Amino acid sequence: MLKIKNLNFERDNKKILNNINLDIEDNKFIVITGPNGSGKSTLAKIIMGIEKQDSGEILFENKEITNLSINERAESGISFAFQQPVKFKGITVYDMLKLATFKNISKDEACNILSKVGLCALEYIDREINSSLSGGELKRIEIATVISRGTRLSIFDEPEAGIDLWSFNTLIEEFKKLRKEIKGTIIIISHQERILEIADEVILLKDGKIDKIGKKEDIVRCIFENNCTLKVGDKNE
Amino acid sequence: MNNTDLKLLKEIAGINGKINGAYNIRRNGKGIERHVTDNINIVTKKDKPGIDIHVKENTQNETVYIPVIITNGGIDDTVYNDFYIGKNAKVTIIAGCGIHNSTNQNSRHEGIHTFYLEEGSQTKYVEKHYGTGEGTGDKVLNPITKIYSKKGSNMEIETVQIKGVDSSIRETKAVLEEQTTLSVSEKIMTHGKQYAKTIFDVELNGTNARTHVVSRAVAVEDSVQEFESRVEGNNLGYGHVECDAIIKDNGRVTAIPAIIANNVEANLIHEATIGKIAGEQLLKLMTLGLNEKKAEEQIISGFLK
Ligand SMILES: Nc1ncnc2c1ncn2[C@@H]1O[C@H](COP(=O)(O)OP(=O)(O)OP(=O)(O)O)[C@@H](O)[C@H]1O
Ligand SMILES: [Mg+2]
Repeated sequence: MLKIKNLNFERDNKKILNNINLDIEDNKFIVITGPNGSGKSTLAKIIMGIEKQDSGEILFENKEITNLSINERAESGISFAFQQPVKFKGITVYDMLKLATFKNISKDEACNILSKVGLCALEYIDREINSSLSGGELKRIEIATVISRGTRLSIFDEPEAGIDLWSFNTLIEEFKKLRKEIKGTIIIISHQERILEIADEVILLKDGKIDKIGKKEDIVRCIFENNCTLKVGDKNE
Repeated sequence: MNNTDLKLLKEIAGINGKINGAYNIRRNGKGIERHVTDNINIVTKKDKPGIDIHVKENTQNETVYIPVIITNGGIDDTVYNDFYIGKNAKVTIIAGCGIHNSTNQNSRHEGIHTFYLEEGSQTKYVEKHYGTGEGTGDKVLNPITKIYSKKGSNMEIETVQIKGVDSSIRETKAVLEEQTTLSVSEKIMTHGKQYAKTIFDVELNGTNARTHVVSRAVAVEDSVQEFESRVEGNNLGYGHVECDAIIKDNGRVTAIPAIIANNVEANLIHEATIGKIAGEQLLKLMTLGLNEKKAEEQIISGFLK
């Protein structure tokens, strides 16, 4: 459903993404992992259209989206939950969920969405999305905006960051449910072993390159045990 | 009253049909309707244009409406309104000025409002400015608000001016005695060649006097706004002024803060932020499917909400 061809992104003479090629299938749970600064968020932002690649092509559901704007990509069925949630002035959680769903949803419906990310909804619904919310609360609201859109492709950038253990478990359940509902693909950028476990496929990014693609066990062996039988892009070739 | 009158009244004072409470409606420089209640009396001034509003002590949760509407061009109206809020009274005052000017002559309204807040009283003052009309005549509003608060009283001011007014200078001066609070929330949006200036001047004289001023401004196209504030702490007390402005196109905003501490126990803060809409806010809303223009509208309307 998502094809990336020869993607390059360079800033300050540094190759942040170096000739990325990816073919992501429909109805999959994909996890992208890799060291800090390896280019994971940049890749996700380029897919969403937030950053613009220097060269390369992106196809989504067999259509070229390389030159589409962010909102056109959003309309065509891509969503992205930011690693660092954006704060606003005067926009409440309820406002944001109405914008995300493009519907004049009721407070009850908004509460239902929030409960999926483990927030006791009524307390939050009228709060402004600003720094009066805690880091974990902002993060969960950010995730809720993406879950509520239910698009064919949902990308979450480190959803576990700042989220407590109990909520983390419910979150994983929600990701599973979401995948069933949208019959589409979920890409999660993560460092968490628990998330790697539920992946159909793990992509390991290193220095802007795809280092390995494989099952969780293989990748873990590659990363931690230095016992690697996988080659670059094994599966894709 | 005709349709224009009713529309202006609805816009500035939320009046829609029968009014619950005391009121005085002024149109084109003359009082046209008045109603008083057992607790709230309104008396016409003898020495100059304007009214005295007397709120009896211990009045509970009553509302007074004193809207001003101007529907003719070439009106130059200055009015003096004095408010006497009795001990422990709790009252809401809905003021505001709506100008409909379809002529080529300027219309101007200057409202000088003085508040005498007795001990323990609680006053909420809501003021909305609004201008319409296709004429080239300017719509000019220059309100002055003076506040004298006695021990334990508090006042909350909400002012809103969204487009429509060509030129305005709004001045608020307050002298606060012990245990008093003054909170001000101001929202201004200017466009075209409009000009809006705000001056706050607050003296924190008594112990534990507190003030919190939040000003949110949006200046688009070629409009200009100025924000000048001066908070003087003369005693143990707290003052916090926040001026937050979004500029677009050739919009310009100047913020001139002054905080003066004359007492070591005075705790004064001034924050001012001016800038264009945060790029990441636009990006986030666009990832939800809003185009850039819609995203911008949402950010501004949230900001001014
Ligand atoms: N616009 C840019 N200009 C300059 N450098 C950039 C830009 N965008 C990203 N980088 C750099 O590219 C590298 C990759 O950044 P990116 O945010 O994609 O990493 P990441 O893999 O998501 O890391 P983390 O695990 O810390 O979130 C970093 O070194 C970052 O500083
Ligand atoms: Mg990242």
